[in-house]
Amino acid sequence: MKIYVSFDGNRTLKAFLSDKLKALDFNCKLNGINEIELDDNLSSEKQNELFNALNHYHIEVIEDKKIAIIERIKNSIDEMLNNEDAQLINSSDFLADKLNYSYTYLSTLFSEATYTSIENYIILRKVDKVKSLLLKTDLTLTEIAFKLNYSSVAHLSGQFKKTTGLTPSTFQRIIAKRKLTQQNNL
Amino acid sequence: MLKIILTDDDEDDRLFFKEAIDDISVETELKLFNHGQDLITYLTTPNVALPDLLFLDLNMPIKNGMECLKEIKANKDLQHIIIAIYSTSSSEQDIEDTFVNGANIYIKKPSSFKALKKAVEKVLKVNWQYHTSNFNRDTFLLRI
Repeated sequence: MKIYVSFDGNRTLKAFLSDKLKALDFNCKLNGINEIELDDNLSSEKQNELFNALNHYHIEVIEDKKIAIIERIKNSIDEMLNNEDAQLINSSDFLADKLNYSYTYLSTLFSEATYTSIENYIILRKVDKVKSLLLKTDLTLTEIAFKLNYSSVAHLSGQFKKTTGLTPSTFQRIIAKRKLTQQNNL
Repeated sequence: MLKIILTDDDEDDRLFFKEAIDDISVETELKLFNHGQDLITYLTTPNVALPDLLFLDLNMPIKNGMECLKEIKANKDLQHIIIAIYSTSSSEQDIEDTFVNGANIYIKKPSSFKALKKAVEKVLKVNWQYHTSNFNRDTFLLRI
């Protein structure tokens, strides 16, 4: 028997982490997905124990503050794309507000470390979301365009084609054929 | 640092590709193979450093690109590798067949060095995002 599951990675991880930390009896607070606030009195021995516990799940403690900020930018972008109200706010204002740094600082930091600009990253992320909505829901392209705050279907299709080199319908056809081929090979 | 492999039987193409990669700001480590059999032998060596991104020519002697693609995608230890087809063919059939069989990227070999550099740069930069953020690799398709 085969069953299919669907989950929001961020929420799953958060629930998992907070259960795990409780089970290990650490007095700490989860601030969002990438930030754990530790009790100041935590002994270094206990701290190491926590780091090891996290490492076991391939969660690394980021010592570099810049990398931590970049991770927070990426998470805030996802939050923005998942929240229809937040999409109405200008993304530079949203990020500056959320992270409490100037947008110029954030965008310089981001470009230096990721080989892409925040704007481009948002486009890639949005296209990734379009793909998942195309494959996992019955929403039409028009509905997806509306949901992700594109000004028109043409704008969405244009951005999709520019980013992937394929039209949304070619993309859908290829993925459907690929699934069929994989099933036949089993 | 991205670990990259190019498998191409044409010596000039390998040389141009290496030059293009060296010119691009993304930090890379490049390995070259002349044909598919060498590549598969390397990839199936125990404890070998697997590439993050594999460029694959289609027309090669001994074992062609399509055969390599199918073998890699059928192998549980290798199927996560992102594969970029790098071919002179612009046939829609070839493009669709490779995507359907699991390729992520299709690059038609550009005719000038400048265009080659631009294409490889785009691939590396997009690939970097897949490498460092949780994008869905199963639906990663890019045609250049």
